Amino acid sequence: MSTGTTKLDVVVSDVVPVNDLVTRFHFRRRDGELLPTFSGGAHVVVEMRDGDRTRLNPYSLMGSPLDTREYTISVRRVDAGRGGSLFMHSRVHAGLEMVISYPVNLFSLDLRAKKHLMLAGGIGITPFMAQTAQLAGSGGNFELHYTCRTASLGTYADVLQERYGRRIRLYHDDREERIELDRLLTSQPLGTHLYVCGPAGMINWVRARAAELGWPPETVHYEHFAAPQPGLPFDVTLAVSGKTIRVGEQQSLLEAIEAAGVDPPYLCRGGVCGQCETNVISYDGKFIHNDHWLGEEDHRSGCKIMPCVSRFEGKSLVLER
Amino acid sequence: MGITFRKETFRDDFTFKNSPEHIRRFPFPFHEDSYMYAVNIEPHVVGPKGSVLENLIDVDEHYVAEMQDRALVLAEDPLRCQSLPHMTLAGWDLLELLMEQQALGYPEHFTLTRDGDRWRWINRPLGIDDTFTFGDTSTLPYGPMEYITRQSQGDFCILDQRDGNLWMDAGMVTTQADWSLDFDIGMNFFEWHAPVPLAHEKGIFVRALKFLTNIQQGKPARRLNWTMTINPRLDTSPENYHKWGPDRTTVTPENVGDKVHLRVELQSFWRLPRSNGIVFPIRCYLIKMDELVTQPKWARRLHRVLRDLPEELATYKGLTRYRPTLVEWLSKLDDGSATSPGFGPD
Repeated sequence: MSTGTTKLDVVVSDVVPVNDLVTRFHFRRRDGELLPTFSGGAHVVVEMRDGDRTRLNPYSLMGSPLDTREYTISVRRVDAGRGGSLFMHSRVHAGLEMVISYPVNLFSLDLRAKKHLMLAGGIGITPFMAQTAQLAGSGGNFELHYTCRTASLGTYADVLQERYGRRIRLYHDDREERIELDRLLTSQPLGTHLYVCGPAGMINWVRARAAELGWPPETVHYEHFAAPQPGLPFDVTLAVSGKTIRVGEQQSLLEAIEAAGVDPPYLCRGGVCGQCETNVISYDGKFIHNDHWLGEEDHRSGCKIMPCVSRFEGKSLVLER
Repeated sequence: MGITFRKETFRDDFTFKNSPEHIRRFPFPFHEDSYMYAVNIEPHVVGPKGSVLENLIDVDEHYVAEMQDRALVLAEDPLRCQSLPHMTLAGWDLLELLMEQQALGYPEHFTLTRDGDRWRWINRPLGIDDTFTFGDTSTLPYGPMEYITRQSQGDFCILDQRDGNLWMDAGMVTTQADWSLDFDIGMNFFEWHAPVPLAHEKGIFVRALKFLTNIQQGKPARRLNWTMTINPRLDTSPENYHKWGPDRTTVTPENVGDKVHLRVELQSFWRLPRSNGIVFPIRCYLIKMDELVTQPKWARRLHRVLRDLPEELATYKGLTRYRPTLVEWLSKLDDGSATSPGFGPD
């Protein structure tokens, strides 16, 4: 059975530049009905049709879950990426009809928490926009620490401060302001849950310090979508479907498999949900594992790969697809 | 034309019966002449007209009587309905789901009108017309889960999803096959399934959990489960074992047809949108042997299934005492001819 999500036919209702790097996109349903309710931390996968190529990128929903007339996402332009964010920035305009997935939440609030301590870095702010709106609507106790490069790149910092005042703390890299992580992690009331979303280095730092300071793992939550990285082209044999495909420089392995007409299940396309896990039948070369799903042992074994984010370099690769 | 709701009881004088139309729509759970556990999960999509799958939340002729029986159970034992403090949001999710589905499937009986968070709910069979504020528990006579599940057939477990597991953190359980919410509340998926034989060794629960934690919004799933019950008793709980346990010694060749019931659970699984929890409705359907054998295919197949059922499963399902009497009775209706594939009657 496919574990993919149902699709939603939407129209872009607004495109709003937020700052030099980030643009916000608003979606409404084409049939005028309300969109599905969602929970703070959920993402949708946006389908980008670019000629004969389709990109599928996940973006966190950042509007209030209480308002389902429209969904909003914010996209940071990545000039050196594979082109998804550039497509959104340059080609998507109000009135464009697009297809997005139903919301999926892999970064859910733990509603047992007595307090929610949130740490955001850069564009990692987006899931917290929805989570803070959800918690504020139900009297939840939260505190958000947000680091950005400069004040002008502090996406939504002003909105958040206006909404929540002293519950929002800002840190600007250009002023050499830093989150006092140890002080924060050692001064929380019992029953606090920690949430972190931002660059990989920040997530690793926060998780490591939290573990060292004795935070139970089940109280530490993180959103760690890896964007697929470009790389050298490589050839793959799909043993079940009897096809041989080439993965292009700017293409992910999953996208190349889909382009060949084979549809593995997927949810996050960022190496965290485990849906597209694929068995390796044989290989001669080396894997470039970029996922957060497989353990180190699986990575070393050469038996499994997550095609949404991981690549391969070498002579041959045969997959059970 | 609406449903004609039967006046009947599930205790004391046991006047429960299925009408001929309801016999034919009974969700017979065996697609072949034998039974073994499997991860028999499929998408919960609308099925044929006239089946229990015609609507995703089924309301049938037993609705009013079942809700009256639930009220009696709750009056004696309020712990059949419990919701841990963090589950209130999930309760609102469930209220929305059940009101939407019942109003969609049975507009002549249920009406939901929404104006922002001001909602009006009309339930004609139970004579309810309430206006309330969605999200504000003080505007309802009960918590949201209890309010709506006092008006919905079947048991409901709401599972919180966290740490890669599911936790039984809320529920309304009054029509259960010998398990207790009060005992299981707060347990995770592996803990509450610990008593089930054979399935752990087959790795079934590991796979089932992986599937369930990936259930997506808008894509519910379902499976059937079954057991047998003596007398049409909905409340076969451990708490009341002293009332129904001894019934199992009362089966004789003369009363099998009236006393022995096949009990089928239509279990469905839905992702809840606001709380990101999962709701697990367990809808119980009862049919007495006299009613079931009006469909010759079902009589033949049930005979073969029960005759060949592994001993561990028969013990777990509590059939041991009366299985020989029942199999003997059914064998007279099995001429050995082949049964057609699939669940439905011929």
